[in-house]
Amino acid sequence: MEIDGNALAGDLSEVFATDATVAVFTCAGCGHAGAVATLRVWGPAPGAVGRCPSCTDVILRLVRTPSRLILTLTGATRLELPLDA
Amino acid sequence: MKNRISWRVATVSSARWETASARTLVLDVPDWPGHLPGQHIDVRLTAEDGYTAQRSYSIASAWTPAPSATGAGSAGAPGTVELTIQRLDDGEVSPYLTDVVEPGDQIELRGPVGGWFVWREKQTAPVLLIAGGSGIVPLMAMIRARGEARGRQPFRLIYSVRTPEDAAYADELRLRVRENPGLDVHFVYTRKAPDGWPTPPKRIDVAAINSHGWPPDFQPDCYVCGPTSFVETAADILVALGHDPKRIRTERFGGA
Repeated sequence: MEIDGNALAGDLSEVFATDATVAVFTCAGCGHAGAVATLRVWGPAPGAVGRCPSCTDVILRLVRTPSRLILTLTGATRLELPLDA
Repeated sequence: MKNRISWRVATVSSARWETASARTLVLDVPDWPGHLPGQHIDVRLTAEDGYTAQRSYSIASAWTPAPSATGAGSAGAPGTVELTIQRLDDGEVSPYLTDVVEPGDQIELRGPVGGWFVWREKQTAPVLLIAGGSGIVPLMAMIRARGEARGRQPFRLIYSVRTPEDAAYADELRLRVRENPGLDVHFVYTRKAPDGWPTPPKRIDVAAINSHGWPPDFQPDCYVCGPTSFVETAADILVALGHDPKRIRTERFGGA
């Protein structure tokens, strides 16, 4: 099922101290910048894959195991978080 | 761990059907911190063998710090959260929430979460809400929040449904159009229109958004929620009509 980055808010709240869906990512592939909420996400699955809405490169992967949460951010060169959300 | 949003157990206090396949659950949540319209909660179901399934649902109710004596329809009381769940027949979680859960049952949830697809009372711009099917839910929370706050921001809702019977909150929307000044609602029917409707059923198009939205010059804040194809169509039309992409926020959910 195709959803978007809005649906990652809960899981990302376990990693970040502020709401990460309003953070702006910069895509390592095409340079597009946008809110994490706008990522194209395919799920639900054991892991969520968030793709750039502009070029569909993988920006992040979020995998939950029984004891760990693994966030891979190789597709983003930058993540900019507002300090006062 | 500061600010960590943890799972908590809510109790279903009541339930009602909004359409033949969409059901609202009213949840009592201990120590609910309040929420902004447009935020979600994650619901987690755990089977006896330990298997868990988690889904994110938009909150349908407005949150008010104090009980409202005059609310039209359902504003939600402090400590209660309402979810409207659309049954997906091949879904893993939604059929349980629409067809199995009963008042008194407990469910595990986490939230409120999400700060991007939200509307805040301090926003003064006109607002255009475009809903496809059950995409109405977070937009309804915004309409309710504006109504409870007696907001003056001009609001327009374009609500695309297959048939009149598929429109959730239809009675409440009619009531709010009368009682909440500055709120307009326009329906788009894609498969069957009511008798006497001026146009045959059709999908949302440039004419509908141009006629029933705001001119781009008004610089409205636009919120579009629905299935992916619907969201892309509506957002593309808004951009083509000259709306600033930065003022268009979208939330999309699965296809069929």
